[in-house]
Amino acid sequence: MYRYDEFDNRLVTERVEQFRRQAERRLAGELTEDQFKPLRLMNGLYLQLHAYMLRINVPYGALSAQQMRQLAHVARTYDKGYGHFTTRQNIQYNWIQLKDVPDALADLAEVEMHGIQSSGNCIRNTTSDQYAGVAKDELEDPRVYCEIIRQWSTLHPEFSFLPRKFKIAVTGAPNDRAAVKLHDIGLRMHRNEAGEAGFEVIVGGGQGRTPFVGKTIREWLAPENLLSYLEAILRVYNFDGRRDNKYKARIKILVHQVGADEFRRRVDEEWEQIKDSALKLPQEEIERINSYFAPPDYAQLEDNTELLASQRAANGEFDAWVSANVADHKVPGYAIVNISLKSLRLPPGDMTAAQMDAVADLADEYSFGELRVNHRQNLVLADVPQGDLLALWEKLAALDLATPNIGRVSDIIACPGLDYCALANARSIPIAQEINQRYQDMDRVNDIGDVTINISGCMNACGHHHVGHIGILGVDKRGKEFYQFTLGGSSDQNASLGDRTGPGFPGDEAVDAVETILNTYLKIRNEGERFLDTYRRVGMPPFKEALYGAS
Amino acid sequence: MVLLKNGTVVEDTLADVSAAEQVPENGGILVSVAQWQEHRDALIQRSDPLGIVLRSDEKPELIADDLQYFGVIALDFPAFGDGRAYSSARLLRERFSYPGELRAVGDVLLEQLHFMNRVGFDAFAIKSDDAVRDWEIAAADISVWYQPSSDGRVPATQLRHNKN
Repeated sequence: MYRYDEFDNRLVTERVEQFRRQAERRLAGELTEDQFKPLRLMNGLYLQLHAYMLRINVPYGALSAQQMRQLAHVARTYDKGYGHFTTRQNIQYNWIQLKDVPDALADLAEVEMHGIQSSGNCIRNTTSDQYAGVAKDELEDPRVYCEIIRQWSTLHPEFSFLPRKFKIAVTGAPNDRAAVKLHDIGLRMHRNEAGEAGFEVIVGGGQGRTPFVGKTIREWLAPENLLSYLEAILRVYNFDGRRDNKYKARIKILVHQVGADEFRRRVDEEWEQIKDSALKLPQEEIERINSYFAPPDYAQLEDNTELLASQRAANGEFDAWVSANVADHKVPGYAIVNISLKSLRLPPGDMTAAQMDAVADLADEYSFGELRVNHRQNLVLADVPQGDLLALWEKLAALDLATPNIGRVSDIIACPGLDYCALANARSIPIAQEINQRYQDMDRVNDIGDVTINISGCMNACGHHHVGHIGILGVDKRGKEFYQFTLGGSSDQNASLGDRTGPGFPGDEAVDAVETILNTYLKIRNEGERFLDTYRRVGMPPFKEALYGAS
Repeated sequence: MVLLKNGTVVEDTLADVSAAEQVPENGGILVSVAQWQEHRDALIQRSDPLGIVLRSDEKPELIADDLQYFGVIALDFPAFGDGRAYSSARLLRERFSYPGELRAVGDVLLEQLHFMNRVGFDAFAIKSDDAVRDWEIAAADISVWYQPSSDGRVPATQLRHNKN
């Protein structure tokens, strides 16, 4: 993975000291909360319902075991012993005190981590495929370009006061695991007719109150032009994006209002002027960054399907876990292990400090000391020898980290909701936990198979409800929590936004509605058909009828 | 309000008449784009110093052909979060090769001086008890830059390359 050199280290250390001075001025009363707000936001510090919240970037989801241990240390020392992994592959601490934040940031800087640009109207953490570098379907490792974008976007002097926040995602594989069509800019690597790898550039995707699937404005972009093209897009957006209404300020609104063709024209006009500037990426620089992502020292192994098959046959729980949580690896004899953070005991994405420490040890023991965070709020051990799967599973199970539900009904994305968030209208976490509780019978869960349920506690859509196969949106209706449903959303290469089923349901009926939707699917599905495919085949009517009765 | 230029406090010799109904005949002045367009010929004839203020929704292309007439271009920040002038500054410096004073006016905060300086501003109208100290703090806070910009500071990518 990428390691800081003297320049990266100096920047982060200087930034901590800068923030320490600012926090001291606030604590001494020299700055009001209003004056302090833009300063803390530039360092990832929010003020929530009950306390400050500190968001720390995990660049494109990559974590070393050492970094994970430091995250545990921060959770234990400055928070209540928990951390919360987010849909942007970051981690949040929900109970941090202002006086402790400079020390926490200094501790994190020791392991090359920080909160710079994890909030504010700037370019946020660039996200990517959690299987980067190990996926069988990958053309090139997207992390190389994520790191190049990370550096270019860090403290960018021109783009730190954009109309609104700005999120970039990169995938190097045709199967999109990074939701690139739902980002301000999505980059999808593919080959042109000459066989060269480059990027399809997608802009204006996003969720929130006005969701859009992004539009392609360039079919193929040479990697050497990546930064000049991004700079052209950002400059057009900085000038032309709306600043009169924060709900209409994202780039998706601009692209929608002027149209993709006109937006492309503006970008190309700007790009013509800067494509041969100092932003052009020399091949040596791409290779220099690429060398950080060289494959680990894999052992010469064979795919041992017989051993694994006999282990699975002997242990039903292990078998279920392998089915749901283990994915194919491009190197023979290795496997990708997903660690579910969707057990019954903790809210989706939450981890205790003890679990973090233990998982760091497992990463050292089984996966070259590295971990990834994915956008569905789970973790990944990317390089596990197949022969170690059983031993790893036993250890994960002892930590309550072996829930066999990746991609299943209880692998729910949920925002923090009204339990934590000042913007929320309704709670998300209790609904997620209630669904999880209801679907504890793994035979039933596996029969339902692949389905994503995403829950947001307000229309800002942090829980990605628009792109859940089943989306749940919490709303406030005369002081009561109600939940509206959407069906048919997806964030993959065939991204789509869900359709509203109809009126919402009160909190105590929401999980019954989930069950009604899933039972309807089970009744009408064709052999081998996923929930999403069934919905796309039959549309809303049977689900509507099941939920609301015959019309 | 003081005018900070290249790290020292200087006297502002230009009267901002951009909101005035009449453009005075003599004295250094800062005019609006509308005034410039209306009185261009007369303003060119004047011998006193001349500057122009661009609102954040006025792009530099509006005056790109006339840059030789301005000793000062002031870019307005109506609120600290309105970042359009950062792009305008870069275009003026990098695309239109404007060599004169580039002044940040409006809601200019200490914490922004560094970014402003990087995109080409060399003068700042700032509310401060001690603008020189503010400048020194802002200029010393961060010493690593990842991007090429108008200030010509060498980015880390280049420094790494030079080391090898």
